[in-house]
Amino acid sequence: MNPLAQFREAMRRDRQFDFMWSVKDLELDVSHGTILYVEDLSVSFDGFKAIDHLNFYVNAGELRCVIGPNGAGKTTMMDIVTGKTRPDSGSAFFGQKIDLLRLSESEIAEIGIGRKFQRPTVFERHSVIENLELAMSGDKRVLPTLLARPSGEQLDRIDEVLGMVGLAELSGRAAGALSHGQKQWLEIGMLLMQDPHLLLVDEPVAGMTHPEMERTAELLLSLEGKHSVVLVEHDMDFVRSIAKRVTVLHQGSVLAEGTMDEVQNDPRVVEVYLGE
Amino acid sequence: MGMLRALRGDTGGQAMLVVLALAAVVVPILNLAVPEGTPWHLSTYTVTLLGKYLTYALLALAVDLVWGYLGILSLGHGAFFALGGYAMGMYLMRQIGDRGVYGNPELPDFMVFLNWQELPWFWHGFDLFWFAALMTLLVPGALAFVFGWLAFRSRVTGVYLSIITQALTYALMLAFFRNEMGFGGNNGLTDFKDILGFDLQSDATRVGLFLASAAALALGYLACRFIVASRLGRVAVAVRDAESRTRFIGYRVERVKLFFFSFSAILAGLAGALYVPQVGIINPGEFSPLNSIELVVWVAVGGRATLYGAVIGAILVSYGKTYFTGAMPEVWLFALGGLFVLVTLFLPRGIAGLFTGRRALSPKAAGVPG
Repeated sequence: MNPLAQFREAMRRDRQFDFMWSVKDLELDVSHGTILYVEDLSVSFDGFKAIDHLNFYVNAGELRCVIGPNGAGKTTMMDIVTGKTRPDSGSAFFGQKIDLLRLSESEIAEIGIGRKFQRPTVFERHSVIENLELAMSGDKRVLPTLLARPSGEQLDRIDEVLGMVGLAELSGRAAGALSHGQKQWLEIGMLLMQDPHLLLVDEPVAGMTHPEMERTAELLLSLEGKHSVVLVEHDMDFVRSIAKRVTVLHQGSVLAEGTMDEVQNDPRVVEVYLGE
Repeated sequence: MGMLRALRGDTGGQAMLVVLALAAVVVPILNLAVPEGTPWHLSTYTVTLLGKYLTYALLALAVDLVWGYLGILSLGHGAFFALGGYAMGMYLMRQIGDRGVYGNPELPDFMVFLNWQELPWFWHGFDLFWFAALMTLLVPGALAFVFGWLAFRSRVTGVYLSIITQALTYALMLAFFRNEMGFGGNNGLTDFKDILGFDLQSDATRVGLFLASAAALALGYLACRFIVASRLGRVAVAVRDAESRTRFIGYRVERVKLFFFSFSAILAGLAGALYVPQVGIINPGEFSPLNSIELVVWVAVGGRATLYGAVIGAILVSYGKTYFTGAMPEVWLFALGGLFVLVTLFLPRGIAGLFTGRRALSPKAAGVPG
């Protein structure tokens, strides 16, 4: 290519330079009904293939459960979608247009993907209400945050979420003083404050008592339709109680997908997972 | 008003500011109005010593802001203090004019001694007070900004960050020791005559500098308090306690760090600028890593993440240093090390922790929204 052609290519009319471009310009496009496209994704750590040519789609408004034995790549997939880990190859799109592999963790959070970690991580020194306030969607740049005062509307939203996760009574308590289950709910509440389109929830009921699990199931089911939820879970009873569609991961790729009954009767699944 | 609102619920800070205001009234009276020789007279030496402690307190405030609230253990904050001090020292050098030993109206003595013919470019403008004053804040702020931008963007944290801040101040010390740098080599800048036309040796100027230090400490305290009581202050504590979580809820952690680090460096620069006219000298020894470690000890002794604790710690430990280096110079470093160990073991929340009991950890003290 001659220099002029190169220059024309670099300056072509639809070119967007990185420095000109802001996450605010990105709009989520789910007109085809799919909110997350993960295609041909691979990543390996020291030769171990954590994710191996994975294809995985989530519909808008869907509650999807992902199960699989230890080391199947469930958490790694979430790490990639939220920008914590970069894949070796493949693509991950949020809606049809947003390339997640180009964005940082905080940008991905800003465009509407919230994540709950496996171990509950809340800000222990802050009160419950402060945890929710910090997570609240809004301008999170430095100076606006310095001058921010919660508006009446935002306080109402905090109250609403406090009610949803059942922590209204404990709003002034330090998050570090909550029980394990309450921390899990607080973290889900923090996700909701971000108003995400897609929630990635990693093992929310680990270590919970049965009544706590039931409440968590209700909470997650109440989100269906308004938010898309991807739930990674080990506890099969819990998955059975809420799942409509289940994806089984094994050795970094999808082994089976379908309703809980279909999946449970799939001989391959029985072999690697349920039959253990 | 916003700044005063930030004091709500901060009993320790309110008490500290009241004591500071009292000192600002009583100290000038005892020094200037009470005649010398009477038992209530406060010597000018003591006034200057107190003024020096106040600049140390401001420096400790700067360290507490980044260490206590953000969890960045900087072992190089002395560098920002010294840079602010050098900028002020350059102004004071230019004020000497032709009263130096060599009587050169343009060049400071050390440049004449080195046979330099003209003023280096970076000395221009320092004959103007406003320019020098701006530089005392801008130079440390800019260095912290560039350093922080590189370090935080590469996600250098914890002990690695502490080590490179230490390396930063050490490198600056070696550089400033060199005569070719144009900052007076190992002698530094000294022999100052006057500031803004006021004789630096006169009692009234000394009292004026003491009052300026008290005012800077009070304003610095209010500014820090305003920051830590804001939502940004809560974000900082969130970064300290769970950095990646903060990132996942959408905050750009490196920018939060950069803001705190640069602001803290500016405060340190201001402290250095007030320190130099009171002690009458600035030399590369101020960059020594030991100084930076000492001020971390001040904050640890006073109590982290309380702000007023840092002020108490800086003043008490500095007083201890003045006392010990006078009475038993050889034991001072042992006393300092022992103090650090004892405080870490028995007073993990420092002296401030004695007053607040468990309250310092509760969310109320950090300020509840609404």
